[in-house]
Amino acid sequence: MEPNLASYLALSGILFTIGCVGVIFKRNAIGMFMCIELMLNAVNLTFVAFSRYYADTTGQLFVFMVMAVAACEAAVGLGIIISFFRNSQSVDVDDASLMKN
Amino acid sequence: MVGTALFFLFAGFAIMCAISMVYHKNPLYSAISLVGVFISLSCIYVTLAAPFIAAVQILIYAGAIMVLVVFVIMLLNLDDDRPLNRLRYLYAIGGGLGVVLLAQTLFVFYAVLRAPNQPVDPNTSAGKTLTIGQAMYTEYLLPVEIVGVLLMMAIIGSVMLARRLSQPQLELVVEREEELRGEDD
Amino acid sequence: MEFESILKTAFPFIVISIGVLMGFQIVLMIVAYTVLGERKLLGWMQGRIGPNRVGPWGVLQPFADLLKFILKEDIVPDKSTKFVYFLAPLVALTCALMPIVVYPFGPAITTVDWSFLPYGLGEGVRALPLTIAKIDVGVLFVFGITSVGVYGIALAGWSSNSKYSLMGGLRSSAQMISYELAMGASVIGVVMLAGTLDLNGIIYAQQQSTFRWFIIPQFIGFFVFLISAFAETNRTPFDLPEAETELVAGFHTEYSALKFALFFMAEYVNMFTVSMMCTVLFLGGWYVPGLSHIFEVGSIPYAVVSHVAFIGKICAFLVLYIWVRGTLPRFRFDQLMNFGWKFLLPVALANVIFTIIVVFFVNR
Repeated sequence: MEPNLASYLALSGILFTIGCVGVIFKRNAIGMFMCIELMLNAVNLTFVAFSRYYADTTGQLFVFMVMAVAACEAAVGLGIIISFFRNSQSVDVDDASLMKN
Repeated sequence: MVGTALFFLFAGFAIMCAISMVYHKNPLYSAISLVGVFISLSCIYVTLAAPFIAAVQILIYAGAIMVLVVFVIMLLNLDDDRPLNRLRYLYAIGGGLGVVLLAQTLFVFYAVLRAPNQPVDPNTSAGKTLTIGQAMYTEYLLPVEIVGVLLMMAIIGSVMLARRLSQPQLELVVEREEELRGEDD
Repeated sequence: MEFESILKTAFPFIVISIGVLMGFQIVLMIVAYTVLGERKLLGWMQGRIGPNRVGPWGVLQPFADLLKFILKEDIVPDKSTKFVYFLAPLVALTCALMPIVVYPFGPAITTVDWSFLPYGLGEGVRALPLTIAKIDVGVLFVFGITSVGVYGIALAGWSSNSKYSLMGGLRSSAQMISYELAMGASVIGVVMLAGTLDLNGIIYAQQQSTFRWFIIPQFIGFFVFLISAFAETNRTPFDLPEAETELVAGFHTEYSALKFALFFMAEYVNMFTVSMMCTVLFLGGWYVPGLSHIFEVGSIPYAVVSHVAFIGKICAFLVLYIWVRGTLPRFRFDQLMNFGWKFLLPVALANVIFTIIVVFFVNR
């Protein structure tokens, strides 16, 4: 069986599921960030697969945009994590409860 | 034949690395596993005739973003992730969500498999660097500009977040804020 | 019949395997002798003789070194993170060796008739390219793979569980992230002039350009690239990750025997790779001006002379590396960061904008 569109979509779906479950299971801000990156990558895979099977460049441009947004997210997100660590000596999201009650 | 073998090799590696990323409590192990996912996905992009995206994937994700993450993990010297002892209901939510998403995936897989097989054009120009560049600077110029502005904002934002004020500067900022607060009252 | 069809299927893989073996052999031999050359040259610069015991003038020294690395005891620190500790040198060397597949070793050989091969294997084969893999995005590939090489150093620093190693790993990742930007920005000018990301394509574009070599219109880019290349390969004056006087040996303090040899080889192969990039992007790669008047383009002597010229240009850069190491002292870390972010990056970006304006007006 040659890999067809369905196999790429299935791979992408499995990766997305793992990332989504990981976001909920991880308590660590950096771990959650990495799971979100995994979900973005799963979506990128569908874009590239569709771009291949419909011979259209638009999908690959979308991937490019997603990567740029992911880079922005990394810069700002890691900046926030570092400044949070400076204040509370932890990157656990459960400790980010200053505004509670 | 070769295409099938390559796909299953890289897909298996990607899924294995993704599971290991979620499974490991140590953030550095998670980061290494995620790099494995990125590299195998990039190999899959090559088999999908998108060499430019594959190279950019390695350059940006594996080479820039994850290096930054590893750097932060090393800098903060993080210890292992805490278990979810207080929030046990999250296991149920996560498991349920996983089952729903997997069911959706199976449904999509089934639906696409039943659809008529899409033939692949072997001489497509869709993945070529030239095509992508032309599309980027003619048809999609506005989105590219917006992404450029977004990157600029991210740079300024992260510099503002990470800066450390010296004591006199800090006092100045506090004074100014107090003044502003006084005006509000 | 059965054998013939199997052979026909396997033939491309056999050819590629031979190509990979030959390419790796060439690069690794030159790298081995770069180490000897470095010790010899540094010796002469400092009024010493250098290694001269193994073989005549010490030419067998690299093999003696290798034997010593293999036979030494392999010490693994007790408190290290074992898996990552073993993974790090492998990552470093793999990422250093992978760019070899896109090296443009020479021009394609087109004049040979391959029909003498048995079983009709040579049918339809017109050109024998002297590049192992034909990749459309060679420049991006090399940059991507070398940037993945940072993991080798960072993980080695983290997993050794030693403060010197950790400092070295942190310094190296910060340094490589910073200088990669300047390096990438300095290449954009060349890519704009050439109009392609393919390494062979860039060489052909230089042959057709007005100045023959891109170093003339892009000399600012060349200097930015050269300086950031020193930083990327952790060489003096930017060798802070392994500064002996401050950090013992930096990220590889806790490594010994063959694992240390892997790091050592990775460093020198990386040097070779950036020298190759410098040669291809700015000095015309394997192109020798005027050679097409002497030999027919695509013939074997043309390819051989071009290949020798390519290796010669790379070796000139390697000598430059050693020369700088013998001459300049080390930077301080804040000086390094200031230089990278506040001088090199703005200069590279200004060069990009200037090139855009020139290309726009010339092409109109």
